[in-house]
Amino acid sequence: MKNCEYQQIDPRALSVSPQSAQNHADKKLQRPRRKWQVFPGKNRFFCDGRLILARQNGILPLTLGLIIVTSGLFFAFDCPFLVTHLTVFIPVIGGVLFMFVVASLLRTSFTDPGILPRATADEAADIERQIDTSGSSTYRPPPRTKEILINQQVVKLKYCFTCKMFRPPRTSHCSLCDNCVERFDHHCPWVGNCVGKRNYRYFYSFIISLSFLTSFIFGCVITHITLRSQAGKNIVQAIQESPASVVELVICFFSIWSILGLSGFHTYLVASNLTTNEDIKGSWSSKRGAEESGNPYSYNNIITNCCVTLCGPMPPSLIDRRGFLPPDEVISVAAASEVELPPFIPKSEANMCTQSTKDALERMLHSTDLHGLCPSGTPKTTPMVLEVLSAPETKELSLSSGCSHQLARQAVVDPCPPFSKNNRRDSLHSINPAFRLASPSPTLSRSVLVLGEGPDIVFSPQQH
Amino acid sequence: MAETHSLQDMRQQVAVAAKVFIQRDYTNGTMCQFQTKFPSDLETKIDKQQFEETIRTLNNLYAEAEKLSSQSFIEGCLACLTAYTVFLCMETHYEKVLKKIAKYIQEQNEKVYAPRGLLLTDPIERGLRVIEITIYEDRSFSR
Repeated sequence: MKNCEYQQIDPRALSVSPQSAQNHADKKLQRPRRKWQVFPGKNRFFCDGRLILARQNGILPLTLGLIIVTSGLFFAFDCPFLVTHLTVFIPVIGGVLFMFVVASLLRTSFTDPGILPRATADEAADIERQIDTSGSSTYRPPPRTKEILINQQVVKLKYCFTCKMFRPPRTSHCSLCDNCVERFDHHCPWVGNCVGKRNYRYFYSFIISLSFLTSFIFGCVITHITLRSQAGKNIVQAIQESPASVVELVICFFSIWSILGLSGFHTYLVASNLTTNEDIKGSWSSKRGAEESGNPYSYNNIITNCCVTLCGPMPPSLIDRRGFLPPDEVISVAAASEVELPPFIPKSEANMCTQSTKDALERMLHSTDLHGLCPSGTPKTTPMVLEVLSAPETKELSLSSGCSHQLARQAVVDPCPPFSKNNRRDSLHSINPAFRLASPSPTLSRSVLVLGEGPDIVFSPQQH
Repeated sequence: MAETHSLQDMRQQVAVAAKVFIQRDYTNGTMCQFQTKFPSDLETKIDKQQFEETIRTLNNLYAEAEKLSSQSFIEGCLACLTAYTVFLCMETHYEKVLKKIAKYIQEQNEKVYAPRGLLLTDPIERGLRVIEITIYEDRSFSR
C-alpha cells in the first residue's frame, strides 16, 4: 500500500494490512462505541444499553419462575373448576394481577435505580485540592465526612473512594454493583438489581401486587379444595383429584408471610419517607431524648410522603448508557498525581484480565514512559487504566438478601489479581493508615489494572 | 482579529487553563440546587451579578422539574395505570425541563460566557453533581 498518496481505503486491505495504530483507529472510528460498553460498575446491559441489571442476578429467574409456575398451575387446574362453580371473573382478576406483577418485576429489574456516574478526574482533583490545604507532598486522602445542614439538621456526607466524590444525602454505595445509588434502599437479589430512587415505585408496586396475587391464589385454592370436599368427598380425595393445588398452597403459604410482611414494612417506609438503609441504621430515630433528630426529608404528612415517593416526577437516568463515546478525546493530565483515564472495564473482567495481563507485560517492556498530554491527533484505541479502588464500603448497607434485610458482608471479590501492582498496594497500605481506618476488613484496597494497546497512555506512577 | 470567537474556533485555538466546579447545595434537601457562591477563580473573568443570575435561573428550572405538582401527579398515575408504557410515546415532565435547561445553557454560553473565554457544561453530563465551568486561556496571538 502506497502511504504517500491519498487513495480510497480498500476494506479488504484493512484486514490484510499490518496491525498499525492507524488502521485500528479507522476500524474503531467506523464503529463508535456506546458508553454502556465502558461502564465501570458491575452491571450487565441488554438491548444495546436500554436495559440494565446487576451482575449477580441468579435469583431473578427463580423469582420469575416461581411466579409463572404458580400462576400457570392456578390457571390450568383451579380456574376451570372455579369458573364453573363460581364466576368467570376469577381468571380475569388473576390474569390482570399476574400481568401487573410481571410487568412491575421486569420494570424494577431492568431500570437504572439511580446510579450516579463516577466523578471525572478533574472533579476529583478539584475536591482533593479544596481539602488538601496543607500542601504536603505525601498523598493524603480527603477526610471521609463533610457536614451540611438540611432543614436545620446536621447531616454527614461521606466521601466515596470508589466514585471519588462526596455522596449526596441519602445516597449509598452498593458493593455488589459497585455503584453509588441515589436514595439507596437496598440491593434486592430477588429482583436482581438495587432498589433506589428511580425504581422504588416499581418495586413497591411489585410487592403490593404480588401480595394481592399470592393472597388471591391462596384464597382461590382453599375455596377450590373446600368446594370439592363439600361435594360428598373427604378432603384427601379432593386433594388427590387436584394435586396441583397442593403445590400452589405450599408455595403461597410460605411466600405470603414474607411478602405481606415486606409490603407492610415498605408501606411504613413510604409513609414516613424513609429508606430501608436509613431505617436499619437508625439514622433518624430519636436516640437522644432531649434533641429531636427527626427525618429531615419527611414532610410530616403521610399523604404528602406517599405522593412524593410514589408519584413524584420521574428523574432521568444519569449514566447515559446509550450515548456515544467521544471518538478522540484528548486526555488531560490529572492535577492530582493520580493515575487517571476514562475507565475501561469490560463486562467480562476475567477474560480481559488474562489478555490484558499479557498485553501489560508486553507493553511495559516495549513502551516508553508517557507523561503529559498526548497529541490530539492520536486516536484513542483501548486506553490503559489503573484504577486504585480503596476503602471499600463495608459500612454501607448493600443488603445482599434484601428482602430479609440482613447487613451485607464485603461480598465483592475481584477475580482478576493485579499483575504487578502488589508493591504499590502494599505501599498504599503502609503509607495511608486512613485506608485502614476506612473499613474493618483486611481487604482494603484493590488495584485493577486493565490494559490495552492504546498509545495514548497517561501514566503518572507517582502514587506515593 | 475578530472580536467574537465561535466556540469551535475557540476550542482549536485555546487551551484549558482551569476548571471551576460549582457544587450542589443541599440545604433544602435532596432537590437539585447549586451553590450560588461566586468562586474566586472567576473574579477577573465575569461579573458576579451575571454569574448569580445564571445559577439562580438554573436552580429555578431544576426546581420546576422536580416540583410535585398536580401535573406530575396525574402523569405518574396515568403511567402506573398503563404499566408505564405511556412513556414510550411521550416524554416525562422532567425530560422536557431538561431540554429547556440545555437550551438555556447553550444560549448563555453563546451570549455571555464564550465572549469571556468561559464555557458552561450542562450538569446532566456530570450526573447533576456539579456545574463545570471551563476557563480557557486565549493563545490565539501566540500561535
